[in-house]
Amino acid sequence: MSAVVIGATSAIARAMVRQWASRGHAVAVAARDVAEAERIAQDAAVRYGGAHVAVPFDALDFDGHKAFVENVAERLGGIDTAIIAFGDMGEQAESELDFGAARRVIDTNYTAAASVAEALMAVMGPRHTGTIVGLTSVAGERGRRSNYIYGSAKGAFTLYLDGLRGRAHGEGVHVLTVKLGFIDTRMTWGLGGKIPIASPDDAARAVYDAARTGTESMYYPHFWAPIMATIRAIPPALMKRLPL
Amino acid sequence: MVTWTQKRVEGWGRFPTTEALCARPERWSEVQSALTDRNGDHILAHGLGRSYGDAALLTGGRIVLTRRLDRLLAFDPDSGWIRAEAGVSLEEVNNLFVPRGFFPPVVPGTQFVTLGGALAADIHGKNHHVHGSFGDHVRNVELLTADGRVVLTDREHEPELFEATLGGMGLTGVILAMDLQLMRIESPAIEIETVRVENLDHFFEVSAESAKWPYTVSWIDCLARGRHMGRGVFMRGRHAPAGAKPGGALLERLKKFADPILDVSAFETNWLLNRFSIQAFNETYFRLHRPGTESAVVPYTPFFFPLDMVRGWNKLYGSRGMMQYQPLVPHDPERRAMRAILESISKSGFASFLAVIKEFGEVQHGGLSFPRPGVTLALDFANHGKPLHDLMDHMDDIVLDAGGRLYLAKDARMTKDRFQRMYPEWQAWKAVRDRWDPNGVFSSDQAQRLGLVDTSVAARSAKAVAS
Repeated sequence: MSAVVIGATSAIARAMVRQWASRGHAVAVAARDVAEAERIAQDAAVRYGGAHVAVPFDALDFDGHKAFVENVAERLGGIDTAIIAFGDMGEQAESELDFGAARRVIDTNYTAAASVAEALMAVMGPRHTGTIVGLTSVAGERGRRSNYIYGSAKGAFTLYLDGLRGRAHGEGVHVLTVKLGFIDTRMTWGLGGKIPIASPDDAARAVYDAARTGTESMYYPHFWAPIMATIRAIPPALMKRLPL
Repeated sequence: MVTWTQKRVEGWGRFPTTEALCARPERWSEVQSALTDRNGDHILAHGLGRSYGDAALLTGGRIVLTRRLDRLLAFDPDSGWIRAEAGVSLEEVNNLFVPRGFFPPVVPGTQFVTLGGALAADIHGKNHHVHGSFGDHVRNVELLTADGRVVLTDREHEPELFEATLGGMGLTGVILAMDLQLMRIESPAIEIETVRVENLDHFFEVSAESAKWPYTVSWIDCLARGRHMGRGVFMRGRHAPAGAKPGGALLERLKKFADPILDVSAFETNWLLNRFSIQAFNETYFRLHRPGTESAVVPYTPFFFPLDMVRGWNKLYGSRGMMQYQPLVPHDPERRAMRAILESISKSGFASFLAVIKEFGEVQHGGLSFPRPGVTLALDFANHGKPLHDLMDHMDDIVLDAGGRLYLAKDARMTKDRFQRMYPEWQAWKAVRDRWDPNGVFSSDQAQRLGLVDTSVAARSAKAVAS
């Protein structure tokens, strides 16, 4: 069995690498920082055995995505699970001042994610098997003034995965949407607050179980489901006045 | 890019406590950013925070938490060499490699320490007399130095930097990764013998006759006086042969004794540990062992890491925190310094709940590395403030007169003057450090207190002061 974690140097993605490697998958660790990807692949090999490989990947190099996926499929002998884990939260304030910064956030979180997913379908579809896991965010559930550039890109990716699920179903490929709340990673480091923060390892375990059982869509931590249902229900006239 | 956030930071003794901006890098490039993006503040790496005092604190500075640098980079099952990042804990090493028949060559009394911290403090264990200290089993270090470079240093490449980093308390740079030699074991179990020792001379007799055992340590009842002074329970152990099963009457009795205590499980009060409760504990524990020698086979965790079973046992001392006192004095047939220390303690009225005594072997390193030939005593005291600090000052003089020293990883209060006399190589060490860090990027509260770093910033005092 084989898996590729795309954008593998974040704490959550690293936890995914360990989780899939510990279950006996050969994992391709794809990241722009190849030295980091090597360390992550080595770690999986020392801890769990198996042959894991580091593969260079640049989310914003759209033209390279097809070759990247084909390279991974060749090195792993096919892809059983692909985890699209890269993302860039950016800085909302910077995005408002400089659309170049906003565009980079949108391109990384949405355009590149969609581009890679299409390339994955081109390889996985003909084999009529496999799972594509898209890591998206609760930020994509409702536009909020504090991070609407990032949120809109993640929201677009969530919608994309919804649509892809239908197409992939016809081709025998499963799509799992993972809407992440606060996980104890670089993104949440320093956020003081009362909302509990989940460990990356627990998140990875939950995602692995969901992928194995054919879940379509999940929140993690799970308590974000009712929170987001509430936030989605706020009327726009009220929402625009809330400091969210 | 690296994110800094203000956090409360404390050592295992919870005295002193302080605040600092903390980052928790997940990539090597983020550690490098921490070095450039620090607004002129000092920097210090911090692992699992198991040094007791202020060695891993940096008031008003910036602390780089290494826990996310936790990758194992290589393992050679033929030789036992591993390559690991600084934030990997000994617990992780044990969980991964004991089932594969390997054990760390040196472990301290807890497995909740990082490899980076173990090297920075050049920790020792129950096997110092045969295996030396942690640094003896590390062949190279990848170190982020003050100039932003990642330097691979060993005993041939920049050997002075390597030696200064071994026991260098994190002041030569941020340790990123190292090669560590694990040793082969046949079984996760330990064969132990306990010998009830009736007094200090008896301890040294048993210690001498146990020299062939790889692991030796003795619990000591520091409240016993007169002809019972130094009574305790000597423990010696070795890795069991293949197929050994834990068991034995001693193990059963120890379990019966330990279980209700472990049930207490860390609640915080200043009243739990006092002279009377400790006296009662010591008496019971001593009587639990029959006179003479007993043997058992035990799992490795309770033998090496008995206190790890009580998570957060340091909180048993309450909000006042606790202080460790770990002196080492050279061998002396009349044990004058050791007797004087034990007498000072029993006269003072302060009781140490956990007291252990051990003879070190001959292996020693220069610089700030603690072990020297001699005998070391480790004592825990609730932090009673000034009267306790006065007692420690008094014991410092006994230690100094005997040509001894204190362990920096346990220290929160010794004076610069006494430190410099205890560690005469400090200047040579500092010369190497200053060459690699000419602008004083790396620092700690302890280093500032002991004069190990020049600080351009006005001396900052920890928020908590002696009550």
